[in-house]
Amino acid sequence: MSETADRVKKIVVEHLGVEAEKVTEDASFIDDLGADSLDIVELVMAFEEEFGVEIPDDAAEKIATVKDAIDYIDSKQ
Amino acid sequence: MRRVVVTGLGMVSPLGGNVETTWKNIIASRSGAATITRFDASEYKCRIACEVKPADHEYGYDAGLDVDHKIQRQVDPFIVYGISAASQALRDAGLDNMSEEERLRAGCSIGSGIGGLPGIESESLVLANRGPGRVSPHFVHGRLINLISGQVSIKYGLMGPNHAVVTACSTGAHSIGDAARMIALDDADVMLAGGAESAICPIGIAGFAQARALSTAFDDSPEKASRPYDVNRDGFVMGEGAGVVVLEEYERAKARGAKIYAEVVGYGLSGDAYHVTAPHPEGNGAYRSMEMALKKSGLGLGDIDYVNAHGTSTPLGDELELGAVKRLFGDHLGTMSMSSTKSAIGHLLGGAGAVESIFCILALRDQIVPPTLNLDEPSESCKGVDLVPHVAKERKVRAVLNNSFGFGGTNASLIMKAV
Repeated sequence: MSETADRVKKIVVEHLGVEAEKVTEDASFIDDLGADSLDIVELVMAFEEEFGVEIPDDAAEKIATVKDAIDYIDSKQ
Repeated sequence: MRRVVVTGLGMVSPLGGNVETTWKNIIASRSGAATITRFDASEYKCRIACEVKPADHEYGYDAGLDVDHKIQRQVDPFIVYGISAASQALRDAGLDNMSEEERLRAGCSIGSGIGGLPGIESESLVLANRGPGRVSPHFVHGRLINLISGQVSIKYGLMGPNHAVVTACSTGAHSIGDAARMIALDDADVMLAGGAESAICPIGIAGFAQARALSTAFDDSPEKASRPYDVNRDGFVMGEGAGVVVLEEYERAKARGAKIYAEVVGYGLSGDAYHVTAPHPEGNGAYRSMEMALKKSGLGLGDIDYVNAHGTSTPLGDELELGAVKRLFGDHLGTMSMSSTKSAIGHLLGGAGAVESIFCILALRDQIVPPTLNLDEPSESCKGVDLVPHVAKERKVRAVLNNSFGFGGTNASLIMKAV
């Protein structure tokens, strides 16, 4: 697992209060991890903070799964 | 009018994470006051408060028992306390698993005096220091006062009235009174009612201290600071927590064989129309509030055995309430007991009236009245009133009166009796 993936998963566990095993790369924030649209806004803010990247709203809207987040962050680093 | 009874109790307080722990500590004359730990208050005029204790404390509170981790992160503590107290109360009443039909007739009336002050303070700093794009998307609904009622209705699927009172320090009592009327008037059959507060944060302590409302003379002996009716009292000690009761229509409660703690028989409300923070100099608002509750109850003054006073430990407020109580009770003063449990848990502001109503109910249940701590030297006007100094007292308790008064000159009184 990449370093980005580790850090993303840690943030997801902390913010959504879900078990680490559930945070697979295929997991959908809304369908599998119990997030709502505002939780995703908050997660995106936490990713921005953690990785020092900016994720504009139109890009954030396309982040549906854990893998989407990891890929976007990796593409900007 | 339909009769309304109390069938469930829930509480988070500086002396316990639930009703029974808190009550045991109250009766044992314990104090929840200590030096503030939430932030460094060493440079503040007031450095003490009655904080809810962490889970590993002897009488601590475990938010995780009833509130999801995610919600705990997103909302202010007053909402978390409120959800916990409401959950405890529903379980106590045996109503945490109601049918859809029942839930359509079950609602919430859980308020707060101030709401999410710590979060408003901290997010304002985020805004000032880091800009609007860093403010939490949960900022608004994590701070709003009606979001205890909102969260609880979502958690338990309660589709009846969804209400939240905001009347400063009389919120808890108004919440219960208003909810009881909703049941009496057939708007609902079951109501979760109460109040919560958590404002022990820098702006909260600084603000109340600047209003000259807080005790500042006992920073080095916190447990001595809340001393209602004592000549050396110098202000209130801020507390935090939540109290929620389940109110239920009497015939329904009886039919399902519910444990019935008490009946809500009297509710009085009034306005001082005098000053934003100082009570009316003759205690007229307090008097009229108690008088209205008494009239509605159909009871006589001789039936009221215990008064849980507003008694915040401020020089002016205690004196005026005492005066109003003496004027109202007249010849019956000698047969009742009155105490202020704020001496033990501090002033829970919007939560006070609810938590103190629960103490009244427990006094009815256990036939014991809680003490007024630190009443070493009662002021002159206390003569002839049993203020239950220092230790709890076993006695006959048939009906109880709870008083709550708030900034803005708002007053509420509740009378409950055994069924």
